[in-house]
Amino acid sequence: MTNTVTLTIDDLQVTVPAGTLVVDAAKRIGIDIPVFCYHPKMEPVGMCRMCLVEVGRPQIDRETRQPVLDEHGSPVVQFGGKLETGCTVQVSEGMVVRGVTEKVQAGRNEILEFILTSHPLDCPICDKGGECPLQNLTMAHGPGTSRFLYDDKIQLAKHVPLGELIYLDRERCIQCARCTRFQDEVVGDPVIGFFNRGRSLEIVTFSDPGFDSIWSGNTTDICTVGALTTADFRFGARPWELNAAASICNQCPVGCNLTFNTRREAVSGGNFVIKRAMPRQNEAVNEIWICDKGRFTSYHFSESEDRLTQPLVRVNGELVPAEWGEALDIAAEKLGAARGSLLALAGGRLSNEDLFNMKSLSDHLDGQAVLDTHVAGGELVAAYGLAPGSNLGDLGPGDAVLVIACDLEQEAPLWWLRVKQAAERGATVVVANPRLTKLDRSASHHISYTYGQEISALERLPEAFTKARDRVVFFGAEGLGLAGSARLAKALAELVSGFERTGMPNNGLVAVHPHPNDQGAWELGFRPAADLAAAFSAAGAAYLAGSDPLGDGLVSEADLDGLDCLVVQDLFLTETAARADVVLPAQAYVERDGSYTSGERRVQRFFSAVPEPAGTRPDFTITAQIAMRLDLELESRIAPRAFANLAAACPPYQGLTYVKLARVEEQFPIVGRGDMYYGGTTYENSQGLGVQLPLQEGVVNAWDAPAVQETVAGLSAVPITRLYDRGALASRSRTLAPRLDEVQVVLHPKDAAALDLSSGRKAAIHLNGGSGMEVEVALDPGIPQGYALVPRSMGVPVHRPVGASLRALEGELAA
Amino acid sequence: MPDYILLRHRQIPDLDRLEVYMQHGGFEAFKKAVTTMKPEEVVEEVFQSGLRGRGGAGFPTGLKWRFIDKNNTPRYVVANADESEPGTFKDREIMEGNPYQFFEGVMICAYAVGADTAYNYMRGEFWELAHVLDDKLAALEEAGLLGDDLFGTGFSLRIHNHLGAGAYICGEETALLESLEGKLGQPRLRPPFPPSFGLYGKPTIVNNVETLANVPPIIEKGWQWYKSIGTDRSPGPKVFSLSGNVEKPGNYELPLGSTFRELIFEHGGGIPGGKNIKGIMPAGASSAIIVADEEALDTPMDYESVQNVGSLLGSASIIVIDDSVSMDWLVKKTLHFFKHESCGKCTPCREGTYWMTHLIDRIEAGMAGPDQVDLLNTVAQNIEGKCLCALGEFAIQAVMTGIQRFPEDWAQPEPVAAD
Amino acid sequence: MNQLQQKYGPEIKKILAKYPADQKRSAVMPLLYVAQREKMFISKQDMDEIAQVLDLKATEVASIVGFYTLYHDQKEGSSRIQICTDLPCALRGADLFAEELCEQLGIRLGGTTADGKVTVEGVMCLAACDKAPMFQLQNGSGIYYHENQTVDQALELVDSLRNGS
Repeated sequence: MTNTVTLTIDDLQVTVPAGTLVVDAAKRIGIDIPVFCYHPKMEPVGMCRMCLVEVGRPQIDRETRQPVLDEHGSPVVQFGGKLETGCTVQVSEGMVVRGVTEKVQAGRNEILEFILTSHPLDCPICDKGGECPLQNLTMAHGPGTSRFLYDDKIQLAKHVPLGELIYLDRERCIQCARCTRFQDEVVGDPVIGFFNRGRSLEIVTFSDPGFDSIWSGNTTDICTVGALTTADFRFGARPWELNAAASICNQCPVGCNLTFNTRREAVSGGNFVIKRAMPRQNEAVNEIWICDKGRFTSYHFSESEDRLTQPLVRVNGELVPAEWGEALDIAAEKLGAARGSLLALAGGRLSNEDLFNMKSLSDHLDGQAVLDTHVAGGELVAAYGLAPGSNLGDLGPGDAVLVIACDLEQEAPLWWLRVKQAAERGATVVVANPRLTKLDRSASHHISYTYGQEISALERLPEAFTKARDRVVFFGAEGLGLAGSARLAKALAELVSGFERTGMPNNGLVAVHPHPNDQGAWELGFRPAADLAAAFSAAGAAYLAGSDPLGDGLVSEADLDGLDCLVVQDLFLTETAARADVVLPAQAYVERDGSYTSGERRVQRFFSAVPEPAGTRPDFTITAQIAMRLDLELESRIAPRAFANLAAACPPYQGLTYVKLARVEEQFPIVGRGDMYYGGTTYENSQGLGVQLPLQEGVVNAWDAPAVQETVAGLSAVPITRLYDRGALASRSRTLAPRLDEVQVVLHPKDAAALDLSSGRKAAIHLNGGSGMEVEVALDPGIPQGYALVPRSMGVPVHRPVGASLRALEGELAA
Repeated sequence: MPDYILLRHRQIPDLDRLEVYMQHGGFEAFKKAVTTMKPEEVVEEVFQSGLRGRGGAGFPTGLKWRFIDKNNTPRYVVANADESEPGTFKDREIMEGNPYQFFEGVMICAYAVGADTAYNYMRGEFWELAHVLDDKLAALEEAGLLGDDLFGTGFSLRIHNHLGAGAYICGEETALLESLEGKLGQPRLRPPFPPSFGLYGKPTIVNNVETLANVPPIIEKGWQWYKSIGTDRSPGPKVFSLSGNVEKPGNYELPLGSTFRELIFEHGGGIPGGKNIKGIMPAGASSAIIVADEEALDTPMDYESVQNVGSLLGSASIIVIDDSVSMDWLVKKTLHFFKHESCGKCTPCREGTYWMTHLIDRIEAGMAGPDQVDLLNTVAQNIEGKCLCALGEFAIQAVMTGIQRFPEDWAQPEPVAAD
Repeated sequence: MNQLQQKYGPEIKKILAKYPADQKRSAVMPLLYVAQREKMFISKQDMDEIAQVLDLKATEVASIVGFYTLYHDQKEGSSRIQICTDLPCALRGADLFAEELCEQLGIRLGGTTADGKVTVEGVMCLAACDKAPMFQLQNGSGIYYHENQTVDQALELVDSLRNGS
């Protein structure tokens, strides 16, 4: 269907879809047309004028409307007198583009000289030096000497914080507007903009806090100079000193592809440390973007002072350091003794390999393998999820997306972006939620319901959804506990199973899990516990990895009292670990190899970026070493082997290997080092695009949560999810710390007024009549009355709708 | 003196009052168009008249109207009343003295292209005038000439005044539309052009005030009558704004094709203080400066002839320069203007105007060697042909022609030889 | 309802009515004039409130303030005398006029009288080239042209501005 156009660029013929811009057509055949303002992910603006080319078009006879031919029968090509900008000219049939003529080169050189007149040329102290489009293009096009008097340069502020995350150097800015256009056009947060005009144009922010966007870090990747830098990396290292390790973000189920840049540092005893997290291209997942939580949270925790580096065992009621062998012996002995009554509780940040070993050990001991999550439905996603070949980037006119019980931008930012873009391409977006979320700006339909009425809301799906071609359904657990989430997931699975195209790419369910590998845990056989406290009470021993039920308020100390043994494997001495009999120090995912299964069921590898702290071991290793002591052989050393075992044992993963996960193919736009002027400093993906799991056919044995009373009289506290929470990882981000939200509850203004509460006021919240916790009050007239919305992972343990009361704290008016 | 066609208020007292305007045939053309002509016929009438845009570009108005995208609604008409070219002050007089003729032009245009809303985008400095025009529009609504179902034809129209806030660039039609949308006044990429993608992305006709004021007489008296005025390719009357070193500056309505000599010496009273004319800037500060020799003075002021003497007629804002003025001073004035008004969107204009002001300041102060004049000329040449809109091109006209055509004004001290 | 809406509700409504309901952003310039009226400059709070009325970000409103010269984000004289010193006016003595006026007032061009009441600035073309020397007076009540001026006439005006309320 696509019309193609054939043209000639610098004597090379290329055939591209009609509508392609000359710069992109050139790029596809390896011809560089330099650009500053143009970015392949944004609309062309023709501002910088760097991409000058000569453009010739076939002369058309006015009478016959046919091309005029010369004596050799070739079309006569007419060149205009003026140079044209390759970023704004669309290709046309028979077009001839010249980029290497003297006229063109002179034109580009002249533009570059103009740009340099107001650039400080402070490359030796600039963070961008070494990966700077302006620096690189100056090498190619810059004048050898400056004709512009140095004294005429404008002196401007060089360290302007645009908020806590991003710094602006006003002198370096060349007004290409990539950052402002990205914020406006791509992510819909126009919180930075130009002030003044002409040579006085400068970037400003008037938002509160400054540069108030969860996408701000991306502007530093596409900045064509060193004007925008992150607080995380500025003055941290020179780009050419950096090594790169491929990874996957561990902050949400999207599985954004990352690159960690590392170098050896004296302060770390000459060891490698991570200097920054950068996006790595995967056009089917995160394109070339990542959110700020991923950028600034995905590794700081691993450098935390309070990392566990030695096993601990309880002696005379006290946790004391122990040798690994001793700790493993005790753990194995105690867990083995609880055969038949073992509770194996895993967190969704464990890798596939970790989970496989843990599940194997649990099965070996007839235990119960439990996933610590608040979103159900992973087993239904395995059957009715997105089939291989799915790419949200393909959704367009005639297709539809439903997002229910989820604030997608806050829970899985990149999915929000991809759905927003689908809407912009013409897809129907339906948001079902009791309140308005940011996605509603892109939605054509909003279905409002009261918390607890999710399923009946499905009866109101618009025709634009029910009659659409490809349909994707995202569901979260806003306002729901596990039982409610399971009910919703089942209803959605029923809905989706009736779709004609279910089973085909870009159709089906996506669970918006809280963790990067929750879907992997479901695929590997983990299931949540409807009542975790009861599960603990019934267990003889518990083996926990990457989970802190006590700290999260999921269980009470009393629930743990009946255990003969509690083994906790973690990075930190969590509240639960502090109660354990054996504590085993695990490695952070940046210190080892492994793989995650994303919410779209894409299995992706992450690679060791930095050496582990001495004394720590990978989770799968620890589990294997316990298993070995219980006569179960599991892979303890090599991640690919652990994965091979997994693939052999678990049907969805059948046939997969690390080699397959590492396959790449040509992606567009081209990004990476040689092309930094074009796509930005996002890393090229040469380490693998991952593989989407095939859908599991046959009868789904749906996980059932017993009906739990999830409605209460009076004011109900219900859980919601916010991106900037105070979870174990986010709270250890040095960079993000000032941006983390206050511990808030959100009330309807009328409820607040009845309680004599106002916005910003401090209050005490009591759950189920329990003791009070201090929170800040926020108001939202868009939420239903009778509910207090409590963000998860913020210290107030609301995991399902519970009765709540609030009272103002005297004299605690916030500033 | 023949009757005025545009500056009729100079002959008819109180023409800015609706009843007076009506007494003198006001809105007959509008009524004729709406009640007796099809929209396409109105477009054709204007096309045949040969009317060319009076804002500066001289683009055939009827052709622009023909380009309106008929498959997309709503459509808009936007009057460009941003009059900001140094030396231009004609639209202001028309709006002050003969506002209803201008509005009638807007209304006929709206009918011709099927617009039910029109905006009059005025430069912010016209604040007083805008308030007067608000009253005029209210009077039109009250008289049933604006509103719903005009003359019972089903055609509805409303006009709103909109004030800019100080930005020369908003005279560029796409920058004006951006500004009217509440954004920075920075030009858009063209194509697409406003008749297909204009205000709010909808089909839009943007015409200059004077252009629109020409429309009612064309409809009333027919295109043949209109073509009898002026020259074959530049028909019609034109308001020439005369300023600078001239005895009687002001607006003069003359047929296109009148000579510079007639305007400057016959109507403008010549050069004061016994001085001689040295140069002419026919298109305001954006002009290539013409050496005012005898041949130049006898050049007809129409779009083609002025081009033949190495300049452009533009909006016909004739700035007269006498022989006491040195070109380095003049270029300094124009460059500071363009530097101040550069929107900053494209590199050559933003950086080039800034660079050139530094050079000209030193040259004018006698602190630069001759190589700096060459450099100034080179910088101007490097801007040429590379800008996103015309502003950058305008900025270099006086520079390049000032240096080239008045070389004696640029004598600079030879650099002191280093010993 | 924010302060701006409380103060100028009906006027804001009238302004919004000029533009299509889904194109409220067009009202940003008229609303900035409204906000500037009282103090002769636009504060951060004004920008926030206009943003609120128009569903914009404050930064988007600020960009408009920064781009256009008739909006001021700094407090200066409560009246601004803005003399056109552009080429056509300069050919007719505008520079000299501006210089003399400032000298008489004891301020520099761009400066403000000691009582903070009158700022005198040079500005670009005001489309009154045939009536130079001329200036516009911008203050809370609006923008007014004063054409064919002498320094004495201008001083008289300055006096009345400084002695008036």
